[in-house]
Amino acid sequence: MSSNETVLDVQGLHVDIRTAGGVLHAVRDVSFQVKRGETLCLVGESGCGKSMTSLAIMSLLPKIAHRSARRLTFLAEDLNLAGKKRINDLRGNKMAMIFQDPMTALNPAYTIGDQLTEHYLHHRETSAGQARSRAVELLEKVGIASAAQRLGQYPHQLSGGLRQRVMIAMALMCGPELLIADEPSTALDVTIQAQILRVLADLQADLGIAMVLITHDLGVVARIADRVAVMYAGEVVEDGPAQEIFATPQHPYTQGLMRCIPVPGRTPPGGKLGTIPGVVPSLIGNLQGCAFRDRCEWAKSICQETVPVHASAAGQRWRCIKNQNGAFA
Amino acid sequence: MLAYTFKRLGLAVLVALTVSIIAYLLLYLSGDPAIALAGEGARQADIEMIRHTYGLDRPLIVQYGDWLWKLLQGDFGISVYFKTEVGPLIFDKLKTTLLLGISALGFALLVSVPLGILAALYKNSWIDRICLAVAVLGQALPNFFFALLLIMLFSISWHMLPVSGSGTWQHFVMPAIALGYYVAPAFMRLIRAGMIEVLSADYIRTARAKGLPARSVIFKHALRNAIVPVVALAAVQLGFLLGGSVVIETIFALDGLGYLAYQSITFKDYPVMQIIVLLLSAIYVLLTLASDIANAWLDPRIRVS
Repeated sequence: MSSNETVLDVQGLHVDIRTAGGVLHAVRDVSFQVKRGETLCLVGESGCGKSMTSLAIMSLLPKIAHRSARRLTFLAEDLNLAGKKRINDLRGNKMAMIFQDPMTALNPAYTIGDQLTEHYLHHRETSAGQARSRAVELLEKVGIASAAQRLGQYPHQLSGGLRQRVMIAMALMCGPELLIADEPSTALDVTIQAQILRVLADLQADLGIAMVLITHDLGVVARIADRVAVMYAGEVVEDGPAQEIFATPQHPYTQGLMRCIPVPGRTPPGGKLGTIPGVVPSLIGNLQGCAFRDRCEWAKSICQETVPVHASAAGQRWRCIKNQNGAFA
Repeated sequence: MLAYTFKRLGLAVLVALTVSIIAYLLLYLSGDPAIALAGEGARQADIEMIRHTYGLDRPLIVQYGDWLWKLLQGDFGISVYFKTEVGPLIFDKLKTTLLLGISALGFALLVSVPLGILAALYKNSWIDRICLAVAVLGQALPNFFFALLLIMLFSISWHMLPVSGSGTWQHFVMPAIALGYYVAPAFMRLIRAGMIEVLSADYIRTARAKGLPARSVIFKHALRNAIVPVVALAAVQLGFLLGGSVVIETIFALDGLGYLAYQSITFKDYPVMQIIVLLLSAIYVLLTLASDIANAWLDPRIRVS
């Protein structure tokens, strides 16, 4: 396998949720690719569909949610055609996921060792002893001291930061090709957040796996993303290489997000940070045009119609009537 | 865990002691026991003789102390109605009642655990509705009526099971079903509610994300956490089944403790009544103790602190 092989290819992904008030379009026409050794950051505010996107890829959507995609391939295998059995063969094995809240993501009734090794024993034909040594090796890799003793402990005996390290080790047990981390540091203390992200970034680079990191923290994105996809109201409104996005954000929403981050040296002490006025629109019913138009300072009447997607030579794409030069299409 | 067990054990002994005092005072609950025992129209001299024979003329504390001391030595007294020793009389019947209670509990769990899991997995579907209907029927049918239905079907129509007696295991099948079906709905609801809650927990999503097969997700990860409150309920229900099997024992002519309790009340057989009350309470206390310890054992957050 070549080093820049596409691990995950998502084209035209939709997630629809049946609600009492109508169909909620949680994810709309989302497309992106992740290559081996690459970190893609999915960025956006709460409710923009980034978690739904990751659950859709893992086939972990709740029963009321319906997934459809023009193309959804993992290592060139069509996930749209994969049955439950095949999905279970891939999950925890070739594709792994880390969740937001490590306090509740581990089963309180079983030891760390049991939970670290059970899927390894299930996916691999191996002995319990080998599984244990693999678990110890990974616990040491994620920076847990006296790893062997930890195996006999229960989740309630560990701190939040340790539990998230255990979750990372658990995800890596079978040597996955794709790692999806859904806001892995949000539920942790600020000091622990940086450590966990450092561990994740180091391991991703070390093992050369493809990673999808979901976050709303642009500071995190700036440090570890190779590519960025900015989501708004269920759509990817802008995506491209991380440097391009940070240097020349094109979509008004991305530009608004950038204004919200304090920059040391440039933001004066006590100075006001940018905000984006207005609220996210409802995603129930038929949606047309640009979802951001009600909050956008550039909005024109044509924004109610189909919005074009522009692309730059550097691989940056954005969904707006404005082109690269700020002119309206 | 050890300290916890001892603490619970100490509490259990205190409760048992309190119950023994109440059980002894039962004797005086319906007035002067000597007059009651002597019967209507007895002469004062007869009453005095009975009072002296049974040691009822001594101070209450001495009577109780004497009774408790003998009890601890295994002397349970003499039945005033059967004129035999209370100990062998009761333990003989206890075997029957225990067998009935445990098999009824077993039947209840056998029915309710699978139904509860099914109802939770397919909540609000027709499968859930059927499970609910089965449960409601169990609670709505009086158990004497259900027992008669069973007798009509299995004994009279199909000649599969004996109607009455306690000689073989076949004699216990219908009583256990009739008694167990009544308590099964409580278990089913508890398991259904517990499973629904646990199945939406984050760690279940983690288990699924690990690619574990459905049986491992449901039985290992979900049921293990949903079963904890069921253990506590099972202990309490077993106590209820032992003490409340009078009707079923009467219908199937099972010569058990429930029937004996009924007789001892009718014939003012105080020594038997006291021991039955004390025994059932002691079993109840033991079961509660066992369920507390089992609960602690099942929950590592209590066991490993």
